[in-house]
Amino acid sequence: MLEAIILTVITAATPLLLAAIGELVVERSGVLNLGVEGMMVMGAVCGFAGTLTFGTPFAGIIAGALAGMAVSLLFGFATLTLVANQVASGLALTLFGLGLAGLIGEGFVGTPGLKLPALFIPGLTDLPVVGRILFGQDVLVYLSFALVAGVSWFLFRTRAGLVLRAVGDNHGSAHALGYSVVKVRYLAVLFGGACAGLGGAYLSIAYTPLWVESMTAGRGWIALALVVFASWRPGRLVVGAYLFGAVTILQLHAQPLGLGVPSQFLSMLPYLATVVVLVLISGNRRATRFNTPACLGTPFVPDR
Amino acid sequence: MKKLLLLAGTALAVALGATAASAQDKTKACFIYVGPIGDFGWSYQHDQGRLAIEAAFGDKVETAYLENVSEGPDAERAIERLARDGCDIIFTTSFGFMDPTIKVAKKYPDVKFEHATGFKTAENVGIYNSRFYEGRYIIGQMAAKVSKAGMAGYIVSFPIPEVVMGINAFMLGAQSVNPDFKVKIVWVNSWFDPGKEADAAKALFDQGADIMVQHTDSTAPLQIAEERGLKGFGQASDMIKFAPNAQMTSIVDDWSAYYVGRVQAVMDGTWKPENKWGGLADKGLMMAPYTNVPEDVAKAAAETEAKIASGEFHPFTGPIFDQDGKERYAAGVVAPDGDLLGMNWYVKGVDDKLPQ
Repeated sequence: MLEAIILTVITAATPLLLAAIGELVVERSGVLNLGVEGMMVMGAVCGFAGTLTFGTPFAGIIAGALAGMAVSLLFGFATLTLVANQVASGLALTLFGLGLAGLIGEGFVGTPGLKLPALFIPGLTDLPVVGRILFGQDVLVYLSFALVAGVSWFLFRTRAGLVLRAVGDNHGSAHALGYSVVKVRYLAVLFGGACAGLGGAYLSIAYTPLWVESMTAGRGWIALALVVFASWRPGRLVVGAYLFGAVTILQLHAQPLGLGVPSQFLSMLPYLATVVVLVLISGNRRATRFNTPACLGTPFVPDR
Repeated sequence: MKKLLLLAGTALAVALGATAASAQDKTKACFIYVGPIGDFGWSYQHDQGRLAIEAAFGDKVETAYLENVSEGPDAERAIERLARDGCDIIFTTSFGFMDPTIKVAKKYPDVKFEHATGFKTAENVGIYNSRFYEGRYIIGQMAAKVSKAGMAGYIVSFPIPEVVMGINAFMLGAQSVNPDFKVKIVWVNSWFDPGKEADAAKALFDQGADIMVQHTDSTAPLQIAEERGLKGFGQASDMIKFAPNAQMTSIVDDWSAYYVGRVQAVMDGTWKPENKWGGLADKGLMMAPYTNVPEDVAKAAAETEAKIASGEFHPFTGPIFDQDGKERYAAGVVAPDGDLLGMNWYVKGVDDKLPQ
């Protein structure tokens, strides 16, 4: 039973983690991209289309990441090159993505997809209890953890990561030092797009191998909230995504047990848990301010 | 800001007025959908009905639709937009559109409205529905015959009479085969969220159910059944492609005949508000082929279907007891339609508390 619950929690948490780790890098560079939902849904439809066209889910993974990058490039062009308002552009990206994905996916509605196969290592996957949980996941689950580790290392252990954080904290100084603020932010936005695309592709080729319009059902917004929840630290993102996934799944398990708790209340629990943790975190004002990218959401116009 | 909105509103009205004038000779039928037309479920089937209108009348009609309209204040604006846009008849296709439809209908007495699955009518508002419970009784019988665990998982959206009626019909059908049959219910509080529906299906299977029933719109729960090698039933459209080994049948909505008939009535000038509640009898509701079940189960299901369609048998025929053991309908008494449409209690044997 516990094994079954944990397996379901992993599936529920992975798309959130994938999308959120990308957005974390974007926000660390000082850009607020509210278009995660739009990029995810584009990843979902192109992931599905790629899988069916090339006959393998691995092509779908690549197609999903590329689609996310492609639409994030639009956002980058609007906010970085044309210096448009980031909040408005991000919201527009979400609406645009949902619409375009519906258009692209029209021909795929009602077509069953291919499921991303889970890893199977003889001996290891057969282990009792931990076997399937640790060694029986699909490649995107492992990739999500690799990305968290990689981003953590990149941000806090490399010179390039330091530059990215500097751009996010004080773009004026970074510019004065000779770093190209716009270039760094473009790269970050593209990375965020690719990750959101992967998160979306996970939905349409691993979570539920099908395409239907708006199948992301708000997960992009939750990924955005998770970044704040994690106070822009990759490690905490894992905690947040899995906590959110766990509460979601546990409430579904609690219902048929007949505990007599109203289902509306149980459905609220994941969000309630997020709010409670956010309040607890923000209790420590200094730490919060220390972690928040100081230039988040501020457009950069170099004063020559 | 207000001024700007006003200005935009005027511009829109002018633009819409222009289109209305040019399209006067055509009958315009419009639709409001609660989900995307690509949900391959509820809204998809309604849109098939819209396409049937286009196919039937060719260039004598014009159709329009708004999809993904949420069941709140937004609905009123959406319906009003269509009313202003020169629609002659507007189909509002979800329970939650009931009050907005009545409100807008008052303002536009010349436009005809048809609201699906509700119970409020007006001089220019008719209602229509399908007796989905007939199909749910049949799948209840099938579930009880096929299930080895003696327990089904049931994924539901919102506690409205339509859904409660479905659960009750399913249980009555199941109990007619196995009086101890159990059902486990999960409310996902959404009509459409494939991920959440899949998670709910996994939770129910993990708790020992071996049959999946859904009153939500995506194919995800059936796909989980397929993955686990268990069985289930489709919803709204035939989902066999998604679960070739798991789907035993599906309750298929077919609105085409009704929609074409109503548009014809508008053209002939004979349209009157009606309370149409079709079902298996007039083929507004159909059962997808009975597959993946032993032959005797399929045969029995077809027999029940024929009996219900001919009116020989009504699923809500007493004796029916509620959860507290109170007799709601005495032996031989058939529940009147009004009771069914306002159903807010579970029949005996449902192990769940109805969210109030």
